[in-house]
Amino acid sequence: MRREIPLIITFVVGVAFVIQYFIPHSPFDRFEQLFSDWFFIIAACAIWLGALNLMKLSLIKIQKRRKDWQYAVVIVVSWLTMAIAGFAGGRDFQTPGTAFDWLYQYIYTPLSATMFAILAFFVASASYRAFRARNLQASLLLVAGFLVMMGRVLFDDILFGRLFENFQPLADVSNFIMNYPNMAGQRAIMIGIALGIVSTALRIILGIERSYLGGGD
Amino acid sequence: MGFWNTMLAVDRRWIFLLVFLSLLIPMFLGVTFKLSISPEVQTLYDTLEQLPNGSTVLMTFDYDPPSAPELQPMADAAVKYAFKRDFKLIIMGLWPQGPLQAEISVREAMKDPEIQARNLEYGVDYVNLGFQAGNEFVIQRMGTDFREAFPRDIRGTDYSEVPLLKNTKNFSNVDFVFNFSAGYPGTVEWVQIAVDRFGVKLGAGNTAVQAPLAYPYLGAGQLVGLLGGMRGGAEFERLTGFKAKATTFMLSQTFAHAIVIVFVILGNIAYFVTRKKEQ
Amino acid sequence: MHFDLGVWIGAFLTLGIISFLYKDNPWYKICEAIFVGISAGYWIASLFWQNLVSKLYDNLAPAIVALFHGQIQYNLLYLVAGILGIMMLLRLIPQIGWISRWPLALVVGATAGLQFINYLVSNGVKQIYNTIVPVFGPVSDAGGIPPVATTGEGIGNVIILIGTFTGLVYFFFSKEHKGLFGGAAKVGTWFLMITFGASFGYTVMSRMSLLIGRIDFLVNDWIRGTFG
Repeated sequence: MRREIPLIITFVVGVAFVIQYFIPHSPFDRFEQLFSDWFFIIAACAIWLGALNLMKLSLIKIQKRRKDWQYAVVIVVSWLTMAIAGFAGGRDFQTPGTAFDWLYQYIYTPLSATMFAILAFFVASASYRAFRARNLQASLLLVAGFLVMMGRVLFDDILFGRLFENFQPLADVSNFIMNYPNMAGQRAIMIGIALGIVSTALRIILGIERSYLGGGD
Repeated sequence: MGFWNTMLAVDRRWIFLLVFLSLLIPMFLGVTFKLSISPEVQTLYDTLEQLPNGSTVLMTFDYDPPSAPELQPMADAAVKYAFKRDFKLIIMGLWPQGPLQAEISVREAMKDPEIQARNLEYGVDYVNLGFQAGNEFVIQRMGTDFREAFPRDIRGTDYSEVPLLKNTKNFSNVDFVFNFSAGYPGTVEWVQIAVDRFGVKLGAGNTAVQAPLAYPYLGAGQLVGLLGGMRGGAEFERLTGFKAKATTFMLSQTFAHAIVIVFVILGNIAYFVTRKKEQ
Repeated sequence: MHFDLGVWIGAFLTLGIISFLYKDNPWYKICEAIFVGISAGYWIASLFWQNLVSKLYDNLAPAIVALFHGQIQYNLLYLVAGILGIMMLLRLIPQIGWISRWPLALVVGATAGLQFINYLVSNGVKQIYNTIVPVFGPVSDAGGIPPVATTGEGIGNVIILIGTFTGLVYFFFSKEHKGLFGGAAKVGTWFLMITFGASFGYTVMSRMSLLIGRIDFLVNDWIRGTFG
């Protein structure tokens, strides 16, 4: 029954959401609202699970003095500092001036922003080392990329701005590429993905696809 | 080792340094340029202009600090514009950091003397509902009842005690939805549920990574307009008259693109020259 | 000179992450560990107040109190949500971790049910509907398709139609790509390459924007803010 009950739950809940789209009246709308409300709580607990698991693994690493265990101490201290600041703040814990807000502004924001910002360096380095126009397709990709990159910044203004008023050929080409061939390609990908998701969702609801239950009994 | 072989084998840290300098130097030049306006930005602005003063606008901040350089300028301009037009602003986020980024936009808007003079009051002219976990299910729930998705606002006040929300039950009481999105959940989910199920009018500001994916929705009329990346933010700043960081940083962006293009061209020349020599 | 502790700490952490570009080092590792811990703590506190307290506790507590007074309220059903939430957390204990499959099944079922319809309508039917558009006009806008006002728009509609169709032909791998079918698939690859090139250009723009934001913080908020 360890696998059967979850499959039944998946089926009932999945069908409830499909039916309520076509029959948005009682009792189907009540089922949808009920399951949605439960979803909020479970989703929150799922994220809590991840955060608590991080704490658990860090504490095990410290206890067993594994390699780089000192950094696990830093993780635990940071985790507790932010969590305690949040809990202690009460319902308005995010109001400007609270400890939580200060930590968010001066610790969390610089770290998270910089983590993603350094990707710019790697994009440039990877473009230099790996982007090669080996064949027609790669050359098309390269040219389209160049035209879009040039059209989305100030090349038109710098090159032509002082000579001609309202002459923006690179921007016009970039807009054309985005609104026509790009849209066509993106639409093809979007329709393909939609069909894939529809078939996968149906397989999950009907219990054919069971990989989300994991292995074992 | 030949020149081009050396070029292929250059330490990537020199590339990092050149990229850094290409972004840093323009910041000291203090030059701005006039920007042309893309059609998708113009249609978004025109739609906002057609809204009567005092309309109820829902702004959803679905991004976190890493995406702030792209989305914060357009969000700041949008909030200032909303306050200038006396829109009743309902703020929320599907990302936990989103409502905090919204607070930054509101604080920035309150520095404007014209907006200060309006003596805007929290709870009456604008409200921040905060964040709710649940991704697209939050939007689905809002379709029936905002209160069920957000029982309290970000300050812990009960939904029923906020004056602005007294006559706001669901999407049918909202005139326009403006979504700032950096990924999932974001514009795609708002289009799928809020637009296609509940018929809202939706405009979106996306990071440049996500913007190309939104063009099919734009073409199908599911989005009234789209601000893509820092360029979209700069164009929107120009239209609304609130020129700020997006406009200032376009020159750095230009230098960055130029240097990437130069790198790609040099890399290809080096590759083909060395390959020809080997043959 | 104006010293702001928060800005200096932010600058220290920013430079610590950037130091990774030169070489992996303890300064970077400490900053990375702080980031991981702070992120988890942020989620914990945020979800506690904005979700578990405001949604679960605020709905369930009055219902339980009412139950002790002999009243059965609808919000008692939140008890099921609470139990499912606890079952999810039990995944931390390997011996009884299997019990988390129940709430997981609800999440998966709900997501599958919702996305089944959403993707079919928004990403499937509506996209196909808006691909089959007039080539020349003007025609009436019955059905919501705007009339074709200019030749350019008509040509654009042809490009969208051909691009979408040939792109879909390319993704049809059940038939061998040869002959007319293969030719169509080849045209599809060209459109897809232009799409990927546009995405590459936008990705470069996005990443550079993020870095501009950080350099702006270091130059304007930190150095100019302190010494300016």
